[in-house]
This record gives sequence, structure tokens and C-alpha cells, in this order.
Amino acid sequence: MDPALFERASEHEWRIKPFGKMRVPGVIFASEALLREMDTKVYEQVANVAMLPGIVGASFAMPDAHWGYGFPIGGIAAFDIDEGGVVSAGGVGFDISCGVRTLLTGLRAEDINTVKERLAESLFRAIPAGMGSTGAIRLDAVEMDMMLKGGARWAVERGFGNESDLARIEEGGCMKGADPTQVSDQAKKRQRNEMGTLGSGNHYLEIQQVADVYAPQIATTFGVNKGDIVVSIHCGSRGLGHQIGTEFLKRMVIAAPGHGIELPDRELACAPIQSKLGKEYLGAMRAAINCALANRQILTHLTREVFEQILPQAKLPLLYDVSHNTCKVEDHNVNGRTKKLYVHRKGATRAFGPGHPDLPKELRDAGQPVLIGGSMGTSSYILAGTKRGMQVAFGSACHGAGRAMSRHQALRSWSGRKVVDDLAGHGILIRSPSMRGVAEEAPGAYKDVGAVVDAADQAGLARKVARVVPLICIKG
Amino acid sequence: MTTAARWEHFSHQADVGVRGIGSMLEEAFEQAAMALTAVIADPSEVAPGEMIELLCEAPDAELLLVDWLNKLIYEMATRNMLFGRFAVHLDGTRLAAQVWGEALEPARHHPAVEVKGATYTALKVEQQPDGSWLAQCVVDV
Repeated sequence: MDPALFERASEHEWRIKPFGKMRVPGVIFASEALLREMDTKVYEQVANVAMLPGIVGASFAMPDAHWGYGFPIGGIAAFDIDEGGVVSAGGVGFDISCGVRTLLTGLRAEDINTVKERLAESLFRAIPAGMGSTGAIRLDAVEMDMMLKGGARWAVERGFGNESDLARIEEGGCMKGADPTQVSDQAKKRQRNEMGTLGSGNHYLEIQQVADVYAPQIATTFGVNKGDIVVSIHCGSRGLGHQIGTEFLKRMVIAAPGHGIELPDRELACAPIQSKLGKEYLGAMRAAINCALANRQILTHLTREVFEQILPQAKLPLLYDVSHNTCKVEDHNVNGRTKKLYVHRKGATRAFGPGHPDLPKELRDAGQPVLIGGSMGTSSYILAGTKRGMQVAFGSACHGAGRAMSRHQALRSWSGRKVVDDLAGHGILIRSPSMRGVAEEAPGAYKDVGAVVDAADQAGLARKVARVVPLICIKG
Repeated sequence: MTTAARWEHFSHQADVGVRGIGSMLEEAFEQAAMALTAVIADPSEVAPGEMIELLCEAPDAELLLVDWLNKLIYEMATRNMLFGRFAVHLDGTRLAAQVWGEALEPARHHPAVEVKGATYTALKVEQQPDGSWLAQCVVDV
């Protein structure tokens, strides 16, 4: 879009002065090149979010922002309960707590080169991926509710992973305030066969190698060295989260007039935080966060089992687990005062800076690991939260590359088989149940994640620590 | 003059839009459902072996379209089925449908992606100047 629509506050900060019903400014963090590539819909959506009741500071968008639903994907907005703030099912989205976790392995490329094919095949067999795939775990009603309350902590108690994993997950692996009674029977039924499944679309499990280290001291704290093999998992709350999003979106659209809320776009469906519906949504949404955390924890366990078989010398400790689509209550500094805010991140990563009390002690000086997934076959990045990010964007950063072209266009441009063969030629093994899915997710269909990460780094939202490249990708 | 019923996809940057067009509103809803199946797999590969009945209700036609598509998404997920034939009956803000399909077989249907939900983005249910009906929205994949 046209940079002339904005006031350029700094090299990477583009402001929309409040107009019409906007309560606060809009701010997009991006390089000029990224801003020019963005759809004008991002501008409209950032402005629409700025109209919601009780919004604080500004309506933000990250360097990877693109046209989403109501909120832009890559959108951040914080709401104050004292100012009549709202919670928005649209602002969290369908795939509640979709996120990325990275496991360290202590292995080097030479350790896996001879078993690479076997590792790819074993992971592909062990990790249920793609539409219609089912997990091996069935939860009865009581166990389902315990999972929804306990998250990754529940999973660890059931033998999926270690107690030490929990400190490396946001919220210590267990989102407080989850209320399984607000999760419908339909949502629970939709999850019945989906515990420990990867899903489809842009979800993946990758074996990666650290290609570059940019901030050696932080990398050392993170346990990341050039040449290391790591494992990254990208997936979310599966059918349960999708169903909760669907149901509450409808309820909030219908209830909005009764709450005196005029929605600039129905997809911005929201309810006052203190309303009955707002509280019910928060209870259900937090349960879905726990479902996502439990799901990634189970997938971690399945991954460790495969490594145990093939590379038993490797332990796979968790570096960190981040969530992308959430609303969380956090303390932030607003005009010199600490306020409790309901921070919505839609396709954006929490990026707490150094010294934040919610970070595990051993990471506190470095800042939160911010894990940025690339697309299949391209680099991913590890960043660290910064003090500046805390000040200018409620401790948030980008989340990924963002699509450059639609699925339809991608399908016309590539054949899945050729994408797999080409990547194999570059030493990247792709395993997927769907060649059409691979075509739709072809690397060329995504923007350059490097440019997005550079912009986040240069805007001071998060600091670049390392770049990793894929060796094996299990694609849903 | 009757409009030939048809479906199509339209572009959304991150996801995909489904659009149904027909000479009657019911037909547009049926075609939108066909477009939904086509996001996942080739609808002509889905055998109409099993029939199920669905009911939806929503305050207006647009919300009803989203509800209808979400109902199908839910049934696909929980029954592990794909649907390839649809008969919709509308009565004001209520929808009753018969849908035909079969169990999903990944090896045969090659599902590209699962759909998470139908959204209110680019949501439109309207009669076109030529008298035909259009029903569309973006679905999240």
C-alpha cells in the first residue's frame, strides 16, 4: 500500500492518525518495502481495531501483517477493563494458541546424515498429520476436562514429557482461568480423535540446523550453537479451538448491539470483558490454550520416542514454546502507570524483554525466545524479546512469513511432487500425506521471512539471535 | 431465465473464499457448500453413499450461510466424512438440508487441507442484477 497513507514516525514505524471513530492511532512496524507490499486491507483492519471500546495505546500491526479476519494477521491490541475494554473472539481467531516450540537435540549434522531418511520416515509414521488423521489418545469426559484445565502440565503428569519442559512454556505450561464448563460438547467432540495430531495447512514438524548465529551471548544462554540440530513443531488447539472460535464469534456478533457495541466489521465480534459472555469466552479460550499446549506436549513426546529409537544419545530439552493467537492478561506500563491489560495477539508472538518476571530464571537476562517459523523449505529464526518491544508494542513481535500468494495461485504455479523433488535436491526431505497441500504451501507462495525478521529486529521489537534451515519437514 | 448453478473460489491472502451462485438462494447455498468441499478435495471424487440431515438457524441470511458452512465443517471433522451432494431447503432464517457423502480416505481423496471455520470476512448473500443469487465468505484453513 501507499506509504503516503501514513505518518512515518521512524524508519520502521508507520502511524495512522485517528480519524472517524478511531479511539487510538494505528501503528504498523515495517520496512518501507514490506509496507508497500502489504494489502490496503491491513490499513483498514488496523483502523477498525482502533475503534473497539477500551483499546489502549494503539492498534498495532507487525512486519508480517496481512489481510486477516477483523484483526489483521499480525495484529495486536490491548484493552483496559476500567475503560470498558472488550475481549474479541475475532481478535484471537479460530486456531486458538496456535504456536511454535523448538527442542534442542545436542546433535550435529554428521550425527543425523546417515539416518536422515529413516528419521524422516519414522517421524512421518509417528506424527499424525493432515486432514482425517487421528491420534492414539482418547480422552473420556473427565480426562478431557482435566486436560482443558491442566494444559501441558496435564500432559506431563500423564507421562508425555518432563517436568522441566513446563518452565519453558508460556504460563508454565498451564493457562490459569480455564473453564471447561464453557467449552461446548460439540467442541469437545471435535477434539475427541485429535489429541496429539499436527493438523494441516501451514502446520509442520521440522528437523532444522542452526545456520547462523547473530547474537552469540544470547544464543549461548538459549543453548543454540552454529551447526546444531534442533526440532521445531508448529500447530495449535486443533478442532476444539476452531469450534470455540466459531461458536463465540457468532454469539458475540449477535450480542454486540445488546452490549452497546457497534462493530465496524462483524469479524471483530467482541464482548465487554466484564460481561457474562466476555467471561465465558475467556474461560473457554483459556481452555483452548491449554488444549494447544497439551497437544504440542504430546507431539514432543512422540518426537522424543522416535529419537530414542534412532538416535538414543540425544536428549531433546525444550528451548521454548510460544503461542500466536491468544488474549492474555498482562501488566504493562501505560503513561507511567502499571496497568493490567487484556492483550490480543492475532498471528503475533509474545516477546517479553530481559528481566520480565514471567520468564524462567535462566532466560531472564536474555529475554524471551521468540520462535519465527518460515515456510516449508525456507529459513526459520530464533529471536529474543527486548526492553524496547515492551515499551512500544506491549512486548510483541512478528510470527512468520505470511503468504505472498493465495492457495489457488500456488496450486496453479507448482506441482506438489516437483516441490518435493526440488527440495530433496537441496537436501530437504518433505513428508506429507497430500501433494496438493504441498503445492499450496510451496516456499514461493510465502513472503521472505528474512525481510520480516530484519524489520522486527531493526524496529527493536525483538533481537535476531539465530537462523535455522530445514533438513526434514513433516507437513500436515 | 435461470442461471446455471456453479461454484468458484476467490482469493484471500492467507486463506480462500468460497462462492456459490444459483437461480435460487437455496441453490447458491448448495453451491457454496460444494466450493467448501473443493477447498479440501475434488467434489466429483466424493461418492454420495451416505445421507445425513442437518438443521441451522441464524438471525439473517448471511449469518445463516456461515452457520451452514460451519455445520458442514463440524460434520466433516467429527464424522471424518466428505460431502459431494447437497439439497438445501430454506424457510426464513431456518435451513434444513440433506447432504450426501462418504468416509474420508486420504489415499483416494488426497485432502489438501482441513478447514477450521467459515468467517464473516467477504461475507455476502445477495441477489445479483441478473436475478441470480450469490452466497460467499472466506474460510479459514
